[in-house]
Amino acid sequence: MTALLEVTGLSVGFRTRRGVVQALSDASITLEQGELLLVVGESGSGKTVLAHSLLRLLPRNVDVTGSIRLGGQEVLELRSGELRRIRGRRIALIPQSPASSLNPVRRLGGQLVEAARARGLSDEESRRRLRELLGELGLDFGFIADRYVHQLSGGMQQRVVNAMALVGHPDLVIADEPTSGLDSDLVDATAAQLQAISARGASLLVITHDLRLAERLGGRLALLYASRIVEVGPTAAFFRGPAHPYGRELLRALPEREGKSIPGLSPELTALPAHCAFAPRCPDRFDRCTEAVPDLYPLAGGVHARCFAHAEC
Amino acid sequence: MLSAESITKTFGSASRRVVAVERVSLQLPSGARLGLVGPSGSGKSTLAQIMALLLAPDTGAVSVDGERAALWGVRCSRELRHRVQLVWQAPRLAVDPRLRVGEAIVEPLAASGLLPPTRAERHALIESWAARVGLTGDLVERFPHEVSEGQLQRACLARALVVQPRYLICDELSSMLDVSTQAALLETIAAIGHEQKLGVLLITHDRVLADAWCDEVVDIRELSTLGEGEGEQAAAAVAQARPGARSALGRDGPRRVARP
Repeated sequence: MTALLEVTGLSVGFRTRRGVVQALSDASITLEQGELLLVVGESGSGKTVLAHSLLRLLPRNVDVTGSIRLGGQEVLELRSGELRRIRGRRIALIPQSPASSLNPVRRLGGQLVEAARARGLSDEESRRRLRELLGELGLDFGFIADRYVHQLSGGMQQRVVNAMALVGHPDLVIADEPTSGLDSDLVDATAAQLQAISARGASLLVITHDLRLAERLGGRLALLYASRIVEVGPTAAFFRGPAHPYGRELLRALPEREGKSIPGLSPELTALPAHCAFAPRCPDRFDRCTEAVPDLYPLAGGVHARCFAHAEC
Repeated sequence: MLSAESITKTFGSASRRVVAVERVSLQLPSGARLGLVGPSGSGKSTLAQIMALLLAPDTGAVSVDGERAALWGVRCSRELRHRVQLVWQAPRLAVDPRLRVGEAIVEPLAASGLLPPTRAERHALIESWAARVGLTGDLVERFPHEVSEGQLQRACLARALVVQPRYLICDELSSMLDVSTQAALLETIAAIGHEQKLGVLLITHDRVLADAWCDEVVDIRELSTLGEGEGEQAAAAVAQARPGARSALGRDGPRRVARP
């Protein structure tokens, strides 16, 4: 059986005045139907660019190479009409900030029904489906429909965009930093909602820098550093013991572990080194690390790590 | 000691007042690391701005080392405001986008006419602060949009510390950042705090972080000196004033809409 989503050798570069910003280098991921994949990394590591590439939401000053296959269809070759049939229906995006993604001067009812209609539902069907989806999230459609976005709490806004994303029965839901800036109660609620989306059989791609959320959601995890996937494998294995030194140092920085920062800064995306990008900050580096970019070497238990320490395994 | 006594602050018009903080008292001793937690909308940021002397409370008093603030914001003396500095949650909104990162770091000194006279001295000052917060290379020559969120927050921390405050208030300084950058910022604060007996108020949603880093952690909901039963009365008033508001407000607790 072919995977729902197969990304192979995806590279994305932005042409800017300061040169090419290489946001993503040679990224490959696969996602089976119903699977959960977490994309974890610091801001500027390429997480959001990966998500936006899947929906072709990138600006014009961008060079994309590689392949994105959704159910066997090449997304990078689709025309705009075909893209419209994919966006929202096959792949839905839960955007980073619900408050700024909804129209502040229109009541929410109209916006929700419009989103449903764009997915090909009739008005009557739209209302029925929205009532059902919001109901599952503990909200009343009538209450929501009459209101403006600023009249809802952050948690309610989040649930509204979640319902909007699910209305077209997408195969794949992408959530971009679903918990950033939320308090712990809202993080709990959001995690539960993401688990519910996953339980409905949709594939879920969650982009986050929140390691605790990642640990809680499980599934598989891809760790990004300076535009490359440096480790990928089962989330539980990552939290038991990351295979890549960056992952290991990142977990040490958690306040409940050692709260110890990684010395130095991550490299500039305009001047990525021709060797392991983490080498200058890595406590374990040896000669080879500053000579070439390592491959993603396979390890036991389905883990892959881009580190020469595992080259002989 | 930075001390806030029985602070109340409301926003909005008379017909729909939102009580952000109500009779909250908090003391931050010098050299202490105090954590302040509480859900969204519980008034943490409002209290932070009042304690940093940027926002006037409706009632209540703030005093810095025994000196009671009479004026707030730009009307308050720079000397007094320099003693309490605030690091904001969103660095991109906190820094003038037209200033280079290095200029932004020393802007508070420039505003008070405290910049060293020669270019070389100014340059050395920027370099020394950049190094202390971990900014390297040409980052100080760039504009805010040319550096990452984490790098800009490092600059904002330097900018707060450059006036040598006695107290530092960090309002969600790392909630948008990865854990390593968070740890780096806290290491810098800890090092400088130790040197200068800086009192630090760390406002965060992250209880685990607060427990790990602070000497003591308080929940803003426990700081109110409201009498027994008054909180429930206010909540009942909300439910009456705005049907359906209970679900939105119940979780948030202290945010209350009071009728005139």
